[in-house]
Amino acid sequence: MNEMLKGRKSQIVTKGQDDVAIACGKASIAGSVSQRACVFCGSRVVLYPIADALHLIHGPVGCAAYTWDIRGSLSSGPQLHRLSFTTDLKEKEVVFGGETRLYNALISLIDNYKPKAAFVYATCIVGVIGDDMEAVCRRVTREKGIDVIPLMSEGFNGTKKDGYKIACAALSKLIGTDQTSVVPEHSINILGDFNLAGELWMLAEYYRRMGVNMVACMTGDGRIDDVRKAHKAKLNVVQCSGSMTYLAKDMEDKYGIPFMKVSYFGIEDMSDALYEVARFFKSDEMMQKARELVREELSKLLPELQKYRAQLEGKKAAIYVGGAFKAISLVKALRLLGMKTVVVGSQTGNQDDYNLLKELCDEGTIIVDDSNPNELSEFVKQTGANLFIGGVKERPIAFKLGLGFCDHNHERKEALAGYEGMLNFAKEVHASVCSPVWKFMK
Amino acid sequence: MIENASIIKSTPEYTATRNACKLCAPLGASVAFKGIRGCVPIIHGGQGCATYIRRYLISHYKEPVDIASSNFTEESTIFGGGANCLAAIENVISQYQPEVIGMATTCLSETIGDDVKFYIQNFKDLTDRETLPHFITASTPSYQGSHIDGFHEAVASAVKSIAEGGEKGEHLNIFPGFVSPEDLRQIKTILEDFTIPSILLPDYSETLDNPIWDSYHRIPEGGTPIESVKKCGSACASIELGTILNKGSLSGRVKNSALATTAAEYLQESFGVENHRMPLPLGVSNCDHFFETLSQLSGKEIPMKYTKERGRLIDSYVDGHKYVFGKRAVVYGEEDLVVALSSFLNEIGIEVALAASGGESGRLEEEIRKYCPENTAEITVQNGYDYEMIHEWCIENKPDILIGNSKAYYIARELGIPIVRCGFPIHDRIGGQRIKHVGYNGTQELFDQIVNELIGYKQDHSEVGYKYM
Repeated sequence: MNEMLKGRKSQIVTKGQDDVAIACGKASIAGSVSQRACVFCGSRVVLYPIADALHLIHGPVGCAAYTWDIRGSLSSGPQLHRLSFTTDLKEKEVVFGGETRLYNALISLIDNYKPKAAFVYATCIVGVIGDDMEAVCRRVTREKGIDVIPLMSEGFNGTKKDGYKIACAALSKLIGTDQTSVVPEHSINILGDFNLAGELWMLAEYYRRMGVNMVACMTGDGRIDDVRKAHKAKLNVVQCSGSMTYLAKDMEDKYGIPFMKVSYFGIEDMSDALYEVARFFKSDEMMQKARELVREELSKLLPELQKYRAQLEGKKAAIYVGGAFKAISLVKALRLLGMKTVVVGSQTGNQDDYNLLKELCDEGTIIVDDSNPNELSEFVKQTGANLFIGGVKERPIAFKLGLGFCDHNHERKEALAGYEGMLNFAKEVHASVCSPVWKFMK
Repeated sequence: MIENASIIKSTPEYTATRNACKLCAPLGASVAFKGIRGCVPIIHGGQGCATYIRRYLISHYKEPVDIASSNFTEESTIFGGGANCLAAIENVISQYQPEVIGMATTCLSETIGDDVKFYIQNFKDLTDRETLPHFITASTPSYQGSHIDGFHEAVASAVKSIAEGGEKGEHLNIFPGFVSPEDLRQIKTILEDFTIPSILLPDYSETLDNPIWDSYHRIPEGGTPIESVKKCGSACASIELGTILNKGSLSGRVKNSALATTAAEYLQESFGVENHRMPLPLGVSNCDHFFETLSQLSGKEIPMKYTKERGRLIDSYVDGHKYVFGKRAVVYGEEDLVVALSSFLNEIGIEVALAASGGESGRLEEEIRKYCPENTAEITVQNGYDYEMIHEWCIENKPDILIGNSKAYYIARELGIPIVRCGFPIHDRIGGQRIKHVGYNGTQELFDQIVNELIGYKQDHSEVGYKYM
């Protein structure tokens, strides 16, 4: 690639050719068309699935408009999280301050929607005009008797990851505030599953079949009251390690709750996620049940997968997703379908993630951090990929260049986790890679 | 202080904006920049702005939309975004070799007082590059107006910084406003059929609706060439579609809104290019106005093709009139589209029960009354509305159909009534970029769709499921 953006070189590694560690966790270069969003975005998307809380965005209209109902996180009850509330600041507030507007907005919204708690997100401008958001939140907490939690998530103040951290800190304030509830012996929290297309319900059901109770999934089909008693669980099971590890570590420090990182994508990782929990509780009975469950699920799934594999064998895939942990699972899941990963990258991976990826991938695979459309399209061409796995922003790149696409981001409407998810994944990949339309692209 | 201070309510029943029916200004500016040939937009602000706007546009156009960001950090927020701005320009030039860089500001960079024009001058002074792109800047803090203000600001800014005067030519300027790529193609075809030389600004008919590619195009083909923008100053006249544009007074500006000029106003004032402002050509009356103006300005007859299109459209009005008469519609979205749609519905006998927009020009009502002569007093017009206000209004007033972008789908679903998708954005269907709104042809497609939705609703809800209308 001749026109590589200066300074990007260290964030791209080819296995078998470059023997250096990949640089990651860097701020994006000015002038790049990064696929990354901002601090605010990180906070907003983590807390988004808490369905009985009010989410108010303090800032001008854009930040709220672009995050309105953008995720496929389902709720079994209240749908308050799917509304987009903003103080819609105007020039007047930018000049004279927006505290009054924020206060009035909170009061009227709380009166109107009776939420269990409220999260208030700061956008870039709040950090500049100096509104004392924390003071407003304290006052409303006092007057309305619900927790009103400010998130100082000004967009410029770091990367999306910093936004995750801020969201975790907000959750941490709520955790431990319910001392009275009693939870069963074998209880866990699931961290970092967003219940896209109902995935969490599927996972909770797997665990239930093993005799494991879920106290809270902070972020999927989330409820404030569940978060409050999350400290009663014996174990935190963390998926999407990018966003929720901060909280898991925090709970380990505060409450001595250990955590384990898992992934629910692909049958190997899914099964490990069940076994690991059984191993943690040192229960043979639980392990026995887990094995039975896996056997049962696989005996249904594997024959179904065969017919897809037959047609996908030898095809090549490029992966570019938000978190690197997901990328790792995808490489394995694709392998199960007979497909080879030729490009893999993420927006927010860390050194460990990338080392793991390097170990896992075949020779010649390109590994990349914080990529952009220009690079991605070059990589795809170079490697002759047949399929691209990514989010909304990558889809048109793939389609324009004539290769299949599987949406593996948070907007998707198909469940891809678990055993049923693996079958959906195979169907999606198959539907795109094997579509007859590509013949016209020649 | 705020913790204990007595709070003065800004308005008695103030509540937050709930599901905003508008977007922020840099989005509009980015779309306009995409309509200039060889242009790469840079959003001068935090990284999220560009990413969110790209995501929003991609979900509508289903096309790659490259928009660079100057990626503000905490440092740039405190010490100014100059270094980032310069680095962004340099990196965009080396990566894209653009003909034009369109730079839109954000609430962040505007509030800290960044002077983008000064930075660009700095860049020009410091660089060793021999050829530099043209620069167009748009001041688009999101606390001023909506995406529509940003759109017109960018178009006006392009003309102001590039147009040149000179001997009057025969060409016409067309400022189409924020319409679909398909609309732009329609307008171009109409002018070609008239054989009128013209400049369409912006023209994203190709850049935001590309054919397939064999290799990735960093900058998609198409767009209004800079040379054409230069010639805007010597055009024989301008046609500006839309009557509200960015002329609003309530857009939250502290500064005088009279300072907001449109491109066509500027050309009229500076180069004496006569401006003809009119609503979007949607509906027979508005189309007649547009076609007659074209005929008048060029001294050419309206091509037979369009006389026939008009005839067929009116013929279909007759075929369908009974199914639409007295039906109550809610029309929402961008103000100029709402005006044009309302006037079209008004001429076919659909009652515009509510005309609403998130735009805050304060002029929507006046324009709606002007262009909707039938039962004009019955129409409820609302500026500064959001989707939840529309939602609550609908629950109370039970309209028969919603007409506008895809974001009100949830309301239509709850009420169990049809929604006809048009305008921007269309996020839950394919083909948003190919929706035709303008011309007799565009009106025809919308008319057929509206009538069929209403017939379909009746058919679906009938006990027998009849086979004839």
